[in-house]
Amino acid sequence: MTRYLRLSGLEPFVLTPDIPFVNVGERTNVTGSARFRKLIVNRDYAAALEVARDQVENGAQIIDVNMDEGLIDSRQAMIEFLNLVASEPDIARVPIMIDSSKWEVIEAGLQCVQGKPVVNSISLKEGEDAFRHHAGLCLAYGAAVVVMAFDETGQADTFDRKTEICARAYRILVGEMGFPPEDIIFDPNVFAVATGIEEHDNYGVDFIEATRWIRTNLAHAHVSGGVSNLSFSFRGNEPVREAMHAVFLYHAIQAGMDMGIVNAGQLAVYDQIEPDLREACEDVVLNRKPKAGGTATERMLEIAERFRGDKREEKVRDLAWRDWPVEKRLEHALVNGITEFIEEDTETARQTAERPLHVIEGPLMAGMNVVGDLFGAGKMFLPQVVKSARVMKQAVAVLLPYMEEEKRLNGGEGRQSAGKVLMATVKGDVHDIGKNIVGVVLACNNYDIVDLGVMVPPQKILQVAREEKVDVIGLSGLITPSLDEMVHLASEMEREGFDVPLLIGGATTSKVHTAVKIAPRYEKGQTVYVTDASRAVGVVGALLNPGQKAGYVADIRADYAEVAEKHERGERAKSRLPIETARANALAFDWDSYRPPAPSFTGTRVLPDWDLAEIARYIDWTPFFQTWEMRGVYPKILEDEKQGEAARALFADAQDMLDRIVTERWFTPRAVVGFWPANAVGDDIRLFTGADREETLATLHTLRQQTGKRNGRPNVALSDFVAPVGKGSDHVGGFVVTAGPEEADIAERLDKANDNYGAILVKALADRVAEAMAEMLHERVRREFWGYAPDEAFDPQALIGEPYDGIRPAPGYPAQPDHTEKRTLFRLLDAEDATGVKLTESMAMWPGSSVSGLYIGHPDSYYFGVGKVERDQVEEYARRKGMSLEEAERWLAPVLNYIPNAPGRREAA
Amino acid sequence: MLNFSLPDASCLATLRTLAAERILILDGAMGTMIQTLNMTEEDFTGHGHAGCRHHHHSDHPQKGNNDLLVLTQPEAVEEIQFTFAMAGADILETNTFSSTTIAQADYGLEAAVHDLNVAGARVARRAADRAEARDGRPRFVAGAVGPTNRTASISPDVNDPGYRAVSFDDLRLAYGQQIDGLIEGGADLILIETIFDTLNAKAAIFAAFESFTRAGRRLPIMISGTITDASGRTLSGQTPTAFWHSVAHARPFTVGLNCALGAEAMRPHMAEIAGVATALTCAYPNAGLPNAFGEYDEGPEDTARQVAGFAREGIVNVVGGCCGTTPDHIRAIAESVAPFPPRKVPA
Repeated sequence: MTRYLRLSGLEPFVLTPDIPFVNVGERTNVTGSARFRKLIVNRDYAAALEVARDQVENGAQIIDVNMDEGLIDSRQAMIEFLNLVASEPDIARVPIMIDSSKWEVIEAGLQCVQGKPVVNSISLKEGEDAFRHHAGLCLAYGAAVVVMAFDETGQADTFDRKTEICARAYRILVGEMGFPPEDIIFDPNVFAVATGIEEHDNYGVDFIEATRWIRTNLAHAHVSGGVSNLSFSFRGNEPVREAMHAVFLYHAIQAGMDMGIVNAGQLAVYDQIEPDLREACEDVVLNRKPKAGGTATERMLEIAERFRGDKREEKVRDLAWRDWPVEKRLEHALVNGITEFIEEDTETARQTAERPLHVIEGPLMAGMNVVGDLFGAGKMFLPQVVKSARVMKQAVAVLLPYMEEEKRLNGGEGRQSAGKVLMATVKGDVHDIGKNIVGVVLACNNYDIVDLGVMVPPQKILQVAREEKVDVIGLSGLITPSLDEMVHLASEMEREGFDVPLLIGGATTSKVHTAVKIAPRYEKGQTVYVTDASRAVGVVGALLNPGQKAGYVADIRADYAEVAEKHERGERAKSRLPIETARANALAFDWDSYRPPAPSFTGTRVLPDWDLAEIARYIDWTPFFQTWEMRGVYPKILEDEKQGEAARALFADAQDMLDRIVTERWFTPRAVVGFWPANAVGDDIRLFTGADREETLATLHTLRQQTGKRNGRPNVALSDFVAPVGKGSDHVGGFVVTAGPEEADIAERLDKANDNYGAILVKALADRVAEAMAEMLHERVRREFWGYAPDEAFDPQALIGEPYDGIRPAPGYPAQPDHTEKRTLFRLLDAEDATGVKLTESMAMWPGSSVSGLYIGHPDSYYFGVGKVERDQVEEYARRKGMSLEEAERWLAPVLNYIPNAPGRREAA
Repeated sequence: MLNFSLPDASCLATLRTLAAERILILDGAMGTMIQTLNMTEEDFTGHGHAGCRHHHHSDHPQKGNNDLLVLTQPEAVEEIQFTFAMAGADILETNTFSSTTIAQADYGLEAAVHDLNVAGARVARRAADRAEARDGRPRFVAGAVGPTNRTASISPDVNDPGYRAVSFDDLRLAYGQQIDGLIEGGADLILIETIFDTLNAKAAIFAAFESFTRAGRRLPIMISGTITDASGRTLSGQTPTAFWHSVAHARPFTVGLNCALGAEAMRPHMAEIAGVATALTCAYPNAGLPNAFGEYDEGPEDTARQVAGFAREGIVNVVGGCCGTTPDHIRAIAESVAPFPPRKVPA
């Protein structure tokens, strides 16, 4: 069993990697909630239970209970409250975090919960003996434990202290006592930043980096923290506090913080924070120097005033979105969980829609998709998503009567039901938005719906299916464990002799999973994957129509058989060759009969003067339309039946702006290009300082394909295209081009003038300019600088098809997926000084409208994708680069063919 | 101070070796076997012609206090256990389900608790040793620790949900006393069974840790919950997986389910536990549901066929029987699971 943190209330909770962040409810904490404190002091336990219930309903996966209040008997209050919680299944279903600074209160709490709780907290504050004693009791009571970074000398503030104390605690717990490491949650102390005291400036970074260290070095342990401390110095300024919390969490979660005590109501959506405010927050959290000068704290204080506002002003600011089109208003309400206007907005949308159902399928679903995307990107948190779902439900409620009416008018009433469909979200899963929508859609089409709700155990589904004699069973689920539940239910249906169709839907489900894992378990009936609500009617209709069913099922079976076979083939193809085997199958040019041409110069050359009009001739317009989500090839797209008119209008606007860019010289394009003597050494390309090829200037590292190849095709690495040492005087080039930094300012100016369209247009054009420059420069390299094709004469638009010899692969692209190779390239070219282009922390180029790459001259070189790589190559690659394995794995994460840190894999492989 | 680095009792290694080879067999029901003997009040108290007297006094009638028989009718109890052993049981349960001060309070025999447990373990030990001497197969004695008749996380008073009739510490002390006696009497394992409130079981686990610290060695623990209603939850409301998470810290030798509504109703819950537990799994259902007269009439072949289904599915390492199962049931179960390999613990 994988070492996951496994807790329980009445129901289990497992912290799997699917869960990016566990939000611990903090409103049943007397130190954190004035309201809760008042209720407890007044012994109003009924209302206090409501607070707890509310938290769980709002998505808290664990609730923190803290009774540390001087006026009350904390121990007695803990016992009374937890006993009452135990009697409320709605609350008791989640695990409890027993929170107190007094051990006797914690122990009293431990004696009241039947599930597996979390103790918050123990520490080395009173020395190792007390620490061991408390930890031992946690083992005997069966509790996970929060360990504060606190020792005999005090609370840890710096990175060094935090990591040192956590390592020591881990050694005692895991090394000496056999404490399960997955049951340890470190709290490395969130302290206030932007206090004006310089020593506090790095507290955000210290926490984030300590988190990263713990998650890397203390295997299986988790990291949590109380986030509200961070913004302590901005008490009273809620908008700023919310923004700080969201920014901090965004970064801390990426570093590995997987649990936290957060007031969900006190949290902005990262993406929705006003950009100036967000930048100021990032500056204080990450202790950066603000672009605008001054210190981060000064900048924050300055900007904080702007956002404070009194209540009335804030209301005005808040309501600007009310002027947007109704679709955007619905999206805004869904993303921000605002119910205030949802009924009137839904009604407005309904009046303009052809059918009420279209409002659901259109703007409401679109809004929920935005929510889904933001959640997936870690920019929204579960409680916020739950809020969105509530807004959605409210909107659907407005539409329901109209849909009923429509059904009635269509003769729905009195007519026989088209069939009975059982709907359920499977055991262990609470997501039901999609399921509810499917239910509504089917009900509108005259089906009777038996909706069993969420977390439905398989026995119940089968029992009701039998009792109600349903015609179809529909299962929904959003989280990955639900997939196994569906497989299980399918085999139970088979075992119990069912034959009704089984429909599968929900975000993590897929046709492949259904075809490979679910359908084969249920031979007596047909399992069908349903992409979205709009398909449900068609699928159910076909399955229940005696005339259509046989043919439809036969089609599905054939389709699934093919999908399963393709999957099987894909799985087989996924096995990778050992790197040594792949290398033995490297591409081998005949270097003995090839004399590499020498470039006209070695070293670097800066190219500051560019003719924007000339660049414009080289623009490839097809990607420009793609930016606007218009699919088609330029210039044909201008005549396209459907999109032609929009494409022509867009193209005309682009031409107008491009004219102004050229004549008013909006951009200042710059470039740098260089060539160096080079030879391949294994999978690396070594560059030399001089023609004697004795002193190494730099090494470019490349990655090799590890897929099993057929028909004698080679396993390529970029180094294969360069002559090996001793096989000729080859060279390699490099370049950086940029349209210039102006694009960002211009876009911002247009944005401020409410010309969002212009702002996007100028950015899209700047991108095209940079790409065109890369094409132009490459041509000049072939004809002049490297000069291996002096007579080449292609029309600029013909270059798009890459008819020429040689390639310009860019780090971070398929042929070399490692973005960090840009560092070497930039250093060789001194690119930042030469062009003003900088590399960000994540190896992106700023300004964005920049292009970089290598030049390889061999006429038979080509673009390829490295594809997925195995651990053996990554280990060796990391060694060659002088990088830790973890770092290499982080940068190569998208192309890893294995799960990093998965113990045992190496032996198995 | 609890000691978590105690040596394991020597029987653990033997048990593990056997459990890796085949599905182990736990014995059947003691209570329903005793009922068939139709004993009288005199038989129970040992005041009849064929009983042993004991020195604990109580003013309560003792008929139905099955645990008392280890003192007053030890041969009868031993004979039942011996018959189960010869029917194929590897593990024999002591007749100590209610031998805690809390449960014996109903009979006014709190003071007898230590003796009940020591004697209970000795009686089962004798049956085990005799069987082992007879056929050379090792037998193990599991000290049975019942749930008591009080719940630590449920209020018996509907008007006062915060009230508790028993505290964790009450239970911990009572269980500690029981487990000390069982160890003294020679039990090989501790079986915490018929758990309807997980908090009671957690008190028993805590007490076991304390008893082990006192004894200087760690006995293997078996943990068995019971699911009595169709919701698929324990009486105290937990799902099978939540139950496992709550008791996993005992690092038990086995975890599983017993009693309740018979094998068929137990199957999905047992499958769930088998899918999540890192311990071996153990199932010992009733012989079906009691009929209108409170009797179990599911025959040995019926029960065995269903239990064999568990084995075929690969969800059990130890099987046996609870209420209504006789030596014939255990023999049929042992034969029916023999062809199947034991469950593999999820990696």
